[in-house]
Amino acid sequence: MSEFVEAFEFIGRNGAVPGEPNLPSLVHLTLETLKVGAIGVAISIAIGLPLGVWLGHRHRGSFVAINVGNLGRALPSIVVLAIGDTFLGLGLTVVEVALVILAVPPIVTNAYYAVDSVDPDLVDSARGMGMSEREVLTDVELPLAVPGVFAGVRTAAVFVISTTTIASLAGFSGSLGDIIANETSYHFYGVLGAAICVAGLALAVEGALALLQRALTPRGLRAGAGERPATTIGQLGASAAAHT
Amino acid sequence: MRLLAATGPVIPEYAKHSTRCVVDNHLFCWGWVSSNWSSVLWPATRQHVYLALIAVSIGFVIAMGLALVAHRYRWLEQPTILVTTFLYTIPSLALFELLVAPVGANLFAAEIALISYTLLILFRNTLTGLRDVPEEVLDAAEGMGMTRAQALLRVELPLALPAIIAGMRIAVVTTIALATIVYTIYDAGLGVPIHSALGEGPFKTELIAAAVLTIALAILSDGLLVLVQRALTPWMRARSLGGQT
Repeated sequence: MSEFVEAFEFIGRNGAVPGEPNLPSLVHLTLETLKVGAIGVAISIAIGLPLGVWLGHRHRGSFVAINVGNLGRALPSIVVLAIGDTFLGLGLTVVEVALVILAVPPIVTNAYYAVDSVDPDLVDSARGMGMSEREVLTDVELPLAVPGVFAGVRTAAVFVISTTTIASLAGFSGSLGDIIANETSYHFYGVLGAAICVAGLALAVEGALALLQRALTPRGLRAGAGERPATTIGQLGASAAAHT
Repeated sequence: MRLLAATGPVIPEYAKHSTRCVVDNHLFCWGWVSSNWSSVLWPATRQHVYLALIAVSIGFVIAMGLALVAHRYRWLEQPTILVTTFLYTIPSLALFELLVAPVGANLFAAEIALISYTLLILFRNTLTGLRDVPEEVLDAAEGMGMTRAQALLRVELPLALPAIIAGMRIAVVTTIALATIVYTIYDAGLGVPIHSALGEGPFKTELIAAAVLTIALAILSDGLLVLVQRALTPWMRARSLGGQT
């Protein structure tokens, strides 16, 4: 396991490699990865969340919600990135477009199911109490849908970090994946060190979002926090979307 | 970053026996596909199927075992979910490299990574399927004199089948997509032609062909599992024909 020792030494040196003075630091690449990922997740939420919530609120478009999710899973990240690279040239914009294409499906599918599966009796009684459609959505459906909505955002975030590193294989530079794709300069210990950082980053982001989810979930729902049992293929799909 | 000389052929290695279409790197050259089908694309597709099939089969056996145990001993559910979620969260490229250190850059490392990604989905779906079997049905089975094993085999598992197969569908499609990254540590699968297409230009025909094959493989396997489910759960069809839910 001396490779792991060397890898941690590499991390300790902040990504410095003896004899290679011009390499970017590990902190810099980690922040870049976070930046590229955060932009991708933000755009994906801006597109996917309203769409999923709206479809769920209207209880329409389950076909779209399921199939968008399934199609998203079938698309390998490297294929989306490679096609972007080939036809548009791989800059930050194309990487972000690829991230959005891959991250929107889990967000839409989960948001749809989270809102769609809110107990209809609760929605009825909210209407009976004289709530407007908007109030029903913002005061009843959305708070109850927080765990489901967050499941989608968490999946998307992990997915985006994964894809950002894979972008380096397709020729984009500016993420921790650069190290993994460049064993010649970094040696195997550098690749391994970067892999440890990528894994740590994904786990940290997932953990931070889990805490945020907990803070946003209404107290009454927290007891049964975690995953609700899924009962349909769509829900099952929604609760576990892929990161490739 | 990849500047192409305007005069030379885009794909130098293929230039000597290639057509105008390939030399000029047109959108799609059928000629290249047919002449490289048996040497490049078909072997890669076959390897891809093997990679996914091995991963999902072993993942299924492990997840099924874990789910059956967790079905009996409830306290095992949370720890299993925790560990499988942990594995699922690690980005694929990183996990492959992390496995290279202890296992080596070989098929084992690739399969361990692919299997670890199927566990969360398969475990959760199988357990949910088993838990959702109505209490009355189990009571009826017991009343008919079935032993626990008989009830499991003849009642619980068949009723959990739709959820199990739903999990299989997700696992298969996910694994097929993930297996395109295997090439980074082990020379197999449709990631190989994707990689070589990227390195040479990029060479559009090879890239599109490999991409289409990967996605087609995912859709085809998904469809196949839908048919398997239909064949194995005839009562679901009868019920939907009867108009009940």
